[in-house]
Amino acid sequence: MRIKRSGAPGRVKEAEVTPKEVFFSHGSRRTFLKAGLLGGSVLATGALYETLLVPPRKVRPSTPLPKDVLAAAPGLPSEDKKNRYEEITTYNNFYEFSTDKYGVAEEAAKLVSRPWTVAVTGLVQRPGVFDVDALFRRFPLEERVYRMRCVEGWSMVIPWMGFPLARLLALAAPLGSAKFVELQTLHDPARMPGQRRDILDWPYVEGLRLDEAMHPLTILVGGLYGETLPPQNGAPLRLAVPWKYGFKGAKSIVRISLVEKQPKTTWNHYSPDEYGFYSNVNPEVAHPRWSQAEERRIGELGKRPTLPFNGYGAEVASLYAGMDLRKNF
Amino acid sequence: MRDVGFARTLVCVNAAVPLALLGWDVAHGNLGANPVEFVLRSTGTLALVFLVLTLAVTPARRLLGWHWLVKLRRALGLIAFGYACLHLSIYLVLDQSLNPVAIATDAVTRPFIAFGMLTFGFMVPLAYTSTDASVRRLGKRWGRIHRRIYWIAGFACLHYWLEVKADVWKPSFFIGAIGLLLFYRWVLIRRDTIR
Repeated sequence: MRIKRSGAPGRVKEAEVTPKEVFFSHGSRRTFLKAGLLGGSVLATGALYETLLVPPRKVRPSTPLPKDVLAAAPGLPSEDKKNRYEEITTYNNFYEFSTDKYGVAEEAAKLVSRPWTVAVTGLVQRPGVFDVDALFRRFPLEERVYRMRCVEGWSMVIPWMGFPLARLLALAAPLGSAKFVELQTLHDPARMPGQRRDILDWPYVEGLRLDEAMHPLTILVGGLYGETLPPQNGAPLRLAVPWKYGFKGAKSIVRISLVEKQPKTTWNHYSPDEYGFYSNVNPEVAHPRWSQAEERRIGELGKRPTLPFNGYGAEVASLYAGMDLRKNF
Repeated sequence: MRDVGFARTLVCVNAAVPLALLGWDVAHGNLGANPVEFVLRSTGTLALVFLVLTLAVTPARRLLGWHWLVKLRRALGLIAFGYACLHLSIYLVLDQSLNPVAIATDAVTRPFIAFGMLTFGFMVPLAYTSTDASVRRLGKRWGRIHRRIYWIAGFACLHYWLEVKADVWKPSFFIGAIGLLLFYRWVLIRRDTIR
């Protein structure tokens, strides 16, 4: 090491300066080297850990919804304690952006979701292409506080802002031959980086039987906590079917088709033994790799029992009268 | 490197860094919406990382000629075991609330849990016989016992692979790394026997 000698007259007395031979002695240089190695490696390890493992910090990617799209009264309040906005927006399953639930928020932040149109097609009398904002003005968004049970064994209580899918379907007027509704997510690897890898068979497709789609609890969601729907939650338009596992709720929807045959839905197609077409929340039917009897409510440490139909049995059980729910899981 | 003691300190201090950062994040509530899951995953990943490092000692030694590396192997293995202990404890206490019925059911219904427990079960005797006294006492048997690390690596990978829903990138990375290290050993063994 070359050290420039300072010629300036020191304010420090000569006697106070560490003697050169002590400072540069073999032992202390080694100590210095070791301290450097130790400190440097600790910083490197810390940086590596922070990059690979740390969850994202909080952001607020939504803005208040305009007044003219809000319904006067909440559509469905709930006695459950709502999850916080931060919880709902930093822990997401949205493989189009990332398979890391903590990483979706950051990846999705860049999604431009306006202008956005959704096509209603297939076996309908009046097909159409709708601008989402025009859609929200036509069908004002009401607050619906729903439980959301993920197939992975966790749940949240979410104050969605939405309108019944039945209203849009009524507008399109399904033909008698229409038996199922198919919902398709945007397929655009430029905007959805997760789609650059073949994790799932893109585009993401979900589907419902027509009577399930027409059920008043089934809603199209355009907002959260009174604000626009954040990208990580499926901006600008997603589905919420509260008695089914969360993955049934297709996000960032671009197409709604009325069809005759049961749609080839993404997770069902990916692993038919693990993810049924119906995927109604059912504590009795275990996922082949884990039990569905219990769930962890996000924000709680312990687990709570999972309810049949996610607690919406009184409203929806009649849809499945006479069906073997073990077979039609 | 002449100063093996310092190298060992370097390893141990760096191994403690993730734990310290994790502890900091726990204390400050920085672990996101599902802290139990986050801590569970982090400690599991760290155990796997140190397992890979333990397995990397022999190939690195042969390839680089750094024979002193072998003196760090025990420390690396014990660190892996330490993170595995933490991983298991968090699962038993925070995920299963120490409910024996729930734990037994979980082990039976979820193969990846069974493989996790198997991995840990295989690690215990290795950690227990890691002392110098054990090496002396067991003689040749010590080597045989400690070759079980290959089984441990296999079970750990299966444990991770079976847990993942669709994106197998991360477990594949570890499987690839461990596979490569084992392949190198296989090449060495073949070469040595042919000679």
